[in-house]
Amino acid sequence: MTKIDIINLVADDTGLSKVKAEEAVETIIDTIKDALQEGESVILRRFGSFQVRKKNPRVGRNPKTGQEAPITARKVVRFKAGKHFKEAVNGAPVRFY
Amino acid sequence: MTKAELVERIAAKINLTKKDTERVVNIVFGSIIQSLAGSDKVELRGFGSFRVRARESRDGRNPRTGDKVAIPPKKVPFFKAGKELRELVDGEPPKGGPAVSSSDGSRSAVPRALSGGPEEKPF
Repeated sequence: MTKIDIINLVADDTGLSKVKAEEAVETIIDTIKDALQEGESVILRRFGSFQVRKKNPRVGRNPKTGQEAPITARKVVRFKAGKHFKEAVNGAPVRFY
Repeated sequence: MTKAELVERIAAKINLTKKDTERVVNIVFGSIIQSLAGSDKVELRGFGSFRVRARESRDGRNPRTGDKVAIPPKKVPFFKAGKELRELVDGEPPKGGPAVSSSDGSRSAVPRALSGGPEEKPF
């Protein structure tokens, strides 16, 4: 599934035009990105949470050559799935909306 | 940011009521769950992808009694941030910087130091 499929679903379910549905979906994504860029966590109950985590610098290794190489400190996005999401991929009925 | 705050921020940006915005938010995240529940993956350009990963069964232990217990195999939802999002949260300039050679491959071990990334800051 890609963004277009989600946009179509939104348009079908809400009666919004495709253009409006696309604007809404893009704005959701942009708003989450903006928050994460500021280091702010995004917590969506049942679905899960996105968090920015700091990673310390460490010595890595090129898996192809085996050569050691430094990996700089960085910030990464961590997603932790919510209870309902975890249960749903293991066969529990989806009841999100 | 909670879902209510997300809805407020979105509604402030586009001409949509909070009620409609919340509906859209619910449909978006509900459809992602539904898709992964059906073992399909979801790819959102510029953001990232959601996939299901299989965890094999393993032997665990009851920490209180020390008894062995079999932990059955299970599936877990997994999110991988896309390149754009990764660079955004790491504070790298989106453009103008040196071309990053590392592919979008999973857990790339090619260090930025080698690909001419930003100078290492002294701590």
